[in-house]
Amino acid sequence: MALIKDGAFVDDAWTTVGDDDPVPGDQPAIVGFERWQRDRDQLLARGAPLGVRLSSDQPPALIADDLGHFDVVALEFPRFGDGRAYSYARLLRQRHGYTGEVRAVGDVLRDQFLFMHRCGFDAFEVTDQTEIGHWQQALSEISVVYQPAADDRPPAPTQRAAT
Amino acid sequence: MYRYDEFDQTLVDERVVQFRDQVQRRLSGELTEPQFKPLRLMNGLYMQLHAYMLRVAIPYGMMSSEQLRMLAHIARRYDRGYGHFTTRQNIQYNWPKLPEVPDLLADLAKVQMNAIQTSGNSFRNTTADQYGGVAADEIEDPRIWSEIIRQWSTLHPEFSFLPRKFKIAVTGSPNDRAAVRFHDIGIVIVEGDGGEIGFEVLVGGGLGRSPFVAKTIRDFLPKQHLLSYLEAILRVYNQLGRRDNLFKARIKILVHETGTEEFARLVEDEWAQIKDAGVDLSVEEVGRIKAYFAPPVYEALDADVAEFRAQRDADPDFDLWAGTNLAPHRQPGYAIVNLSLKPEGGPPGDATADQMDRVADLADTFSLGEIRVTHEQNLVFAHVRQADLHELWTELTAIAMTTPNMGLITDTICCPGLDYCNLANARSIPVAQRISRRFADLKLQHNIGELRIKMSGCINACGHHHAGHIGILGVDRKGEEYYQITLGGSGAEDASIGKVIGPAFSEDAVVDAVATVVNVYVAKRKDGERFLDTCRRIGPEPFKEKLYGAH
Ligand code: SF4
Repeated sequence: MALIKDGAFVDDAWTTVGDDDPVPGDQPAIVGFERWQRDRDQLLARGAPLGVRLSSDQPPALIADDLGHFDVVALEFPRFGDGRAYSYARLLRQRHGYTGEVRAVGDVLRDQFLFMHRCGFDAFEVTDQTEIGHWQQALSEISVVYQPAADDRPPAPTQRAAT
Repeated sequence: MYRYDEFDQTLVDERVVQFRDQVQRRLSGELTEPQFKPLRLMNGLYMQLHAYMLRVAIPYGMMSSEQLRMLAHIARRYDRGYGHFTTRQNIQYNWPKLPEVPDLLADLAKVQMNAIQTSGNSFRNTTADQYGGVAADEIEDPRIWSEIIRQWSTLHPEFSFLPRKFKIAVTGSPNDRAAVRFHDIGIVIVEGDGGEIGFEVLVGGGLGRSPFVAKTIRDFLPKQHLLSYLEAILRVYNQLGRRDNLFKARIKILVHETGTEEFARLVEDEWAQIKDAGVDLSVEEVGRIKAYFAPPVYEALDADVAEFRAQRDADPDFDLWAGTNLAPHRQPGYAIVNLSLKPEGGPPGDATADQMDRVADLADTFSLGEIRVTHEQNLVFAHVRQADLHELWTELTAIAMTTPNMGLITDTICCPGLDYCNLANARSIPVAQRISRRFADLKLQHNIGELRIKMSGCINACGHHHAGHIGILGVDRKGEEYYQITLGGSGAEDASIGKVIGPAFSEDAVVDAVATVVNVYVAKRKDGERFLDTCRRIGPEPFKEKLYGAH
């Protein structure tokens, strides 16, 4: 598994912890939503950064009041065709005002990269570490967007107004 | 009509380059077929029974003559010399070769056309009333809003992986020619109490395995909020639509299972949060798009064209055609002309490259260089002077496009069926052809009057059989092709779902069964009653009795 952030492969400082696995006391850790609910106090008592992982049937409204505790929210794509997390990412960014890392995990393919980026994802766990160039190309090969989303690409209607 | 600006053109051009790269990766073996599949589906490329099929969008049915000539060129260069117009204002080519598809798309891009999202679980081509801007009964031009939806729904980052495909249709007239009540979202332009124009919004219509007529979730939406309201509907659907069962994934099932009121509440709650968040277009941008659809400059003509009247009197064939294939135009002295793609014995909706070229030329001469395709799989010239009709009719007759059968029994809607489609249970085109021959006698057809037959080769209902006055559905009975008949459906403003009349008929018996149904109607109808009206009045029993009673 490799992590793309800010247009490059980076070392992943985070450990994803299973629901019944021990949580390292001093390292950044991502836990599932159920674990967060169950062990909230212990998790907060640790001295290390915390992240939460939502499966595709767990909307961000579930953690809206807790977002201040998380440096990472990981949203799962169980299959690339399950597009719920696109809405979740936009809701995190645009409704709940979350500014930490929104990480795409699961079936993350380069052909969906642009859509994810537009919806507010800024980190991507991918299996295919072959060429970072391909991933960068995926962000730039279509330069026109028609709708506002959670990114700063100016939509065509806005650009038309400016010309 | 709308013309691409630099932004529209750039997107389509970039898309071609992107797809060329994806095809290259497939041909070199870097991508396996399973990996390539979702990519080609984003570009309307299906794997069919014998070959690839490419579906090209004709947004809300509008084409220039230049575009139609390109479609003819593509039929010749990449296919076997013809194309098939579908019920969703697309054209399909059944024989393109994969290595050539990028070139084909590049040719399309040259005339501002594309195949983006003509398949896959995202927005499909936005369809509209084919008489947009010219119909006498229109409140406002649906094409403006269709184009606005087209742009907003193109490569939408949040909604490109919906639970299932998503179809939106728009009508600007109370007489629904776009079957909006059988779409995932139907938009009807309406006049509010104060005379203000807005939209009635319907959701959850659809055919297929579980047919539903769409439900109204908002009686009046102020115009400027169309996109934010659509975004709210889609956001609810994207999160809550079922993804566990392909057959329950359409929004119609979500609306049905949630209940219309509750669904409407979810949408309204979401909308309340985003209605002022910048999704909607500015008044200026709406105005910019609207300007493309400004009415053309018409000649000032008398409403009564003596020449046209005289020609009708003198030529009974012409008169017959004028009686069925014309529609009232809002401009005095003009007419809307329907070109039939349902010749006797021909596959419904097919056109050859030569026909397309000729139609393009005739459109230049007679109809301001513009052609429209209808959801009933015919073509339309929207701006013809009545004084030119006889000449146009003569020219169109030479290319077999004047069958005077609009809305009649041989104006069948028909899906490709087992001849092309790998999901089919049965052939549909040959049955449509046989019906068309059986009722070829024009006097007979005209005597029967309005009767819409719609036929699908399987339960996916691409031929809208549930919405047919008579619906025919291909079913498989122990490996044999059988045909189930439904009666009483309608795709218009009085939308209804046809009811199965009884056990299915064999291939040999199905055309006779249709004839029996028609005979019952003719015997029972009261003055001026359409087939559908009689059917609704007398119910299924009289038909059943004649169809099955003797056995
Ligand atoms: S209705 Fe069935 S047979 Fe006909 S085109 Fe659709 S999927 Fe194919």
